[in-house]
Amino acid sequence: MRRDVRTLDKDFWSGAGLVVAGIVYAGFGARYSIGSLSRMGPGFFPVALGAILALSGVAIAIAGWLAAPPAVPVERRKPEWRAWFLISASIVAFVAIAERVGLVPAAFAIVFISAFADRDNRWRQAMVLALAITAIAVVVFWWALQIQLPLFGKQ
Amino acid sequence: MIWQSLSDLWFGFGVALEPHNLMWSFFGVLVGNLIGVLPGMGALSAIAMLLPLTYTMHPVPAFLMLAGIFYGSQYGGAIGAILLNLPSHPPHAVTCIEGFPLTRKGKGGTALGITMIASFFAASVGIIVMILASPLLVAIAFKFGPKEIFSIMLLGLIAGSTMARGSPMKGIAMTTFGLMLGTVGTDVNSGVQRFTLGFPELSDRVELVALAMGLFGVADFLRHVNHMHVITESRTVKLRDMRPSKAEMKQAFWPMVRGTAVGTVFGAMPGTGPTITTFIAYALERRITKTPERFGHGAIEGVAAPEAASHSKTQVDFIPTMTLGIPGDAVMALLLGALLIQGIQPGPQLITEHADLFWGLIASFWVGNILLVILNVPMIGIWVRMLRVPYRYLFPSALFFIAIGVYSTNNSLFEVGEVLVFGVVGAILMAYDYPVATILLGYVLGPLVEENFRRALLLSRGDLTVFFQGGISATFMTVCILLVVGQLWFAWRAARRRKRGEIDDAIVVPVAAE
Repeated sequence: MRRDVRTLDKDFWSGAGLVVAGIVYAGFGARYSIGSLSRMGPGFFPVALGAILALSGVAIAIAGWLAAPPAVPVERRKPEWRAWFLISASIVAFVAIAERVGLVPAAFAIVFISAFADRDNRWRQAMVLALAITAIAVVVFWWALQIQLPLFGKQ
Repeated sequence: MIWQSLSDLWFGFGVALEPHNLMWSFFGVLVGNLIGVLPGMGALSAIAMLLPLTYTMHPVPAFLMLAGIFYGSQYGGAIGAILLNLPSHPPHAVTCIEGFPLTRKGKGGTALGITMIASFFAASVGIIVMILASPLLVAIAFKFGPKEIFSIMLLGLIAGSTMARGSPMKGIAMTTFGLMLGTVGTDVNSGVQRFTLGFPELSDRVELVALAMGLFGVADFLRHVNHMHVITESRTVKLRDMRPSKAEMKQAFWPMVRGTAVGTVFGAMPGTGPTITTFIAYALERRITKTPERFGHGAIEGVAAPEAASHSKTQVDFIPTMTLGIPGDAVMALLLGALLIQGIQPGPQLITEHADLFWGLIASFWVGNILLVILNVPMIGIWVRMLRVPYRYLFPSALFFIAIGVYSTNNSLFEVGEVLVFGVVGAILMAYDYPVATILLGYVLGPLVEENFRRALLLSRGDLTVFFQGGISATFMTVCILLVVGQLWFAWRAARRRKRGEIDDAIVVPVAAE
């Protein structure tokens, strides 16, 4: 019988990842004082949580290892790296621009950059959408709700 | 006691009908409905986006508005499910099964009408249960000490992680992850800064809104970009199509009652998600029907039961959230967070100390549900048009609203960065089939769980058996153990069945953020 490699991999590796995360977290937690059951220090709860996460990771990995193949092959999606990059970049741009240049360019940037994450959006559409949202930003958030960001300029 | 409740309720109506409060309630319902209709947006994103708006408000109108957004977006979700086969929110996925075939038969209007009636009926029953049950709960809640609070929270966490959907082990892992996020910041007992990674911004905990918007906003966009295609067929629904005939009403009546009962039971149980509730209501109808062949081809029962279940659950869910501080699901966790931000400690004392908030909220449910019916009848045409907003315009705009909303929470751009981190983490977890909704549950309950755990053991001088002493705590702990053992047994049985090559007859619940 052939195992479905992908399902196995998915649960096995994600479980293994949780084990690592749990151990790292518990390790950091152990640097705070642990104390005893009757007098717990700030490290007690984190160490316990890290252990639980690591144990559940072990269980998931084992279950993934033993899992039977699914009856219907699961359709595999192509990862949308471009979209992921653009959406992340748009948020980073918002933070960076809002801090230094102001609300108007920041609002424009987050919409304009993230719009290209969708393959069907063209320059014109992205531009119109970004301008429309920027207008909302000015009228609703800056003028009506009096948000603390200046329209242009440093925060 | 009943008379006391009724007079309190009368007082509540006074609060809810104050023009100022009524206005915010209406605003919440309207915006919730609007956002709920939009593809890919559910109650969670709607509440999280508008949460910052409430910080400067008085708690009563703030909470009436948030509750309004909640049930408004549920109404909105049903519209997309029925008319376009588009489950904008996972609990409505099951409504698609019968709702969309009805639309194809030209009965979409009727299905919407039945939904509205079922929701209103179920919400009313839920409200009545709330009125009757809350004083009873308060009576026992005063016996709650640290160990009782810890054990009921543990129950909520275990129920939430094992009964939500998918693998129970993954649910537990995600709840633990949420609890871990809850430890970031200054430790209340010792003042030690934990897991702040050197960022002074993190000493005041991870921001709730940033976490919620990352997990349910940005993560969803990352998952769905280029995969969400909206059908652009034109369908018009006229007002008179929405009135069901007498025969249809009769057909839908008992399913509606049964759905309400399912929702009420699940609402009272902490930790059971809304998706599982609607699926069970649907499965129940399918089991007991005399004409199973009609199911899947537009059986009105399959619309009435799950929609009723989701609405009665919503109402009843408020009981454990407000009186015990234990949220039933992620949305409730967010609302609980909103209460805490307002400086209101949920618990049995809430009903007496903040009577205007509690009874005003209950009364506003009725007012809000009536507003919803009034609102939805003439606006249905607009909602249908809203459904066709293409995703490629929707998500860039939503990203901006998320960014500005999170920023305005504390005027902090650092928290906008948090959104990105949680969005990416959430999307990766979703790609590996982990349920992210329980993270929020763990995060909100985390500090309370830790504090009560530490306090209980301090009082008992480190004796762990203390949680099994005393009726209330012991009962909760027993239920916890039963839940875990039960889950293990089901997992074992399913594994054995699969080995024998039998096909699971269980209903497959779609994997998505709840």
